[in-house]
Amino acid sequence: MTLLSLSAVAKRFSNGTQALRDLSFTVAPGEFVSLLGPSGCGKSTALRLAANLLAPDSGAITFPTGKPEIGFVFQEPTLMPWADALANARLPLDLQNAPRGQATDRAASALARVGLAGFERALPRELSGGMRMRVSLARALVARPKLLLLDEPFAALDEITRAQLGDDLLRLWREDGLTILFVTHSVSESAFLSQRVLVMTPRPGTITADIALDTDLARTRDGRLSPATIEAQRAISAALNGAGALV
Amino acid sequence: MTQSDQNKVSMRRAPDILFPLVLAALLLGAWEGAIHYWQVPHYVLPAPSAIAHALCANFGSLMESLGSTLAVTLQAFAASTILGVATAIAFTQSRLIERTLYPYAVILQVTPVVAIAPLILIWVGFERINLALVIVATIVAFFPILAGATLGLKSADFNLLDLARLHGASRLQILWRIRLPTALPYLLSGMKTAGGLALIGAVVAEFVAGSGTATGLAWRIVESGNRLEIATLFAALALLAFTGVMIFAALSLLEWTLLRRWHESALGEAT
Repeated sequence: MTLLSLSAVAKRFSNGTQALRDLSFTVAPGEFVSLLGPSGCGKSTALRLAANLLAPDSGAITFPTGKPEIGFVFQEPTLMPWADALANARLPLDLQNAPRGQATDRAASALARVGLAGFERALPRELSGGMRMRVSLARALVARPKLLLLDEPFAALDEITRAQLGDDLLRLWREDGLTILFVTHSVSESAFLSQRVLVMTPRPGTITADIALDTDLARTRDGRLSPATIEAQRAISAALNGAGALV
Repeated sequence: MTQSDQNKVSMRRAPDILFPLVLAALLLGAWEGAIHYWQVPHYVLPAPSAIAHALCANFGSLMESLGSTLAVTLQAFAASTILGVATAIAFTQSRLIERTLYPYAVILQVTPVVAIAPLILIWVGFERINLALVIVATIVAFFPILAGATLGLKSADFNLLDLARLHGASRLQILWRIRLPTALPYLLSGMKTAGGLALIGAVVAEFVAGSGTATGLAWRIVESGNRLEIATLFAALALLAFTGVMIFAALSLLEWTLLRRWHESALGEAT
């Protein structure tokens, strides 16, 4: 079964940079896949192509089991500064013209699920960086997506907050049966969070390694430091080094 | 913010009001004293007391003139706001429209309005003098609104726009939910400039319209000057300045009311 499939995708930017060349991979339903590579290797471009926010120059992006509802989380929280947490989380439903009362209830429960119950009326400027990212996560979940695309969502956060959000993301993934494509440049993050790591080479971006991880071993209480996670990090780093990137 | 915090803020703000008032009292006193000491003729420079007297003596007619100028100013301000925002929306919806129209907007802005006012008065006709005055003042006030609104509408967060598209937002939804709120601080800043310019435009238009037709404060200034009633001239001038300050204050209050909760420009004043 395949939820998302990219085959031989190429993308050149208007300034002439070949961002992606011959990029092919598939994501199965319910999978947690990391797209790992150094800055500027085109991972964000790949994510935007998957979300149909960009069109490829050649190749195909398909959803064999039908186009799923997609949630997207950016590196920055990307909230509306004039709107409170509730209105920000509700935005996707508002854009779909969902009934207001129902939309408000769903936005409130999405905020509660990311640990922001009681902060419905708070404006983004009144929230910490981690809490803003949680609002952004609630907004991505509110329309009940099948596929969640995350573009280095925790890169701008401190390590403690990043670890908490990572744990929360895993919980939401399990509870909702989400399919997650997670773009990151952190080896340890991809090793701990994902079931599969796709390693990308820079300019033009393409996939050099597809590493399956034994996640049952890794995700114990102290999973980040478990031998399985450390071993996964070593394998991922080796693949990155093989790809010619400095880690 | 607690009550005591609010008191602290108003205490800290007190000098903002008190110091200029003290300076005004000192300057007016010095002015009054100098006029009496050197026996300056009233048709060269009247004393503040004479100006106050002229203001009281002609209060009714000056207020009528003020009403006339204010009506033109407010109509022009409203028209320039509506036209400016509508044009800015058209610009952001279509690059073609922007490329085609923008040079003309600039030409309209850089051409001295005094030079085109006589033409507008002739075309509109002296029997519809108020409309002509409003058009002239609108042209003067239009550009800052257009520039502010255009910049604001274009300043929307690209990622937020992408997110809206991902969820199937229509152009109208993007405009209403994302672009217009983003544009609000820029638009209000443009409106503060435009409010003052609408008053200047109204005064310039009255000057050009000349005798017999215009009834506003600008005409009272010309008339008083011709009659060497310099105290009345100063009274009219003071009313114009006061009107300008009030327009600015009203728009600043509007800005603060709309932005104080979320925008940096308004937040700074509360801390």
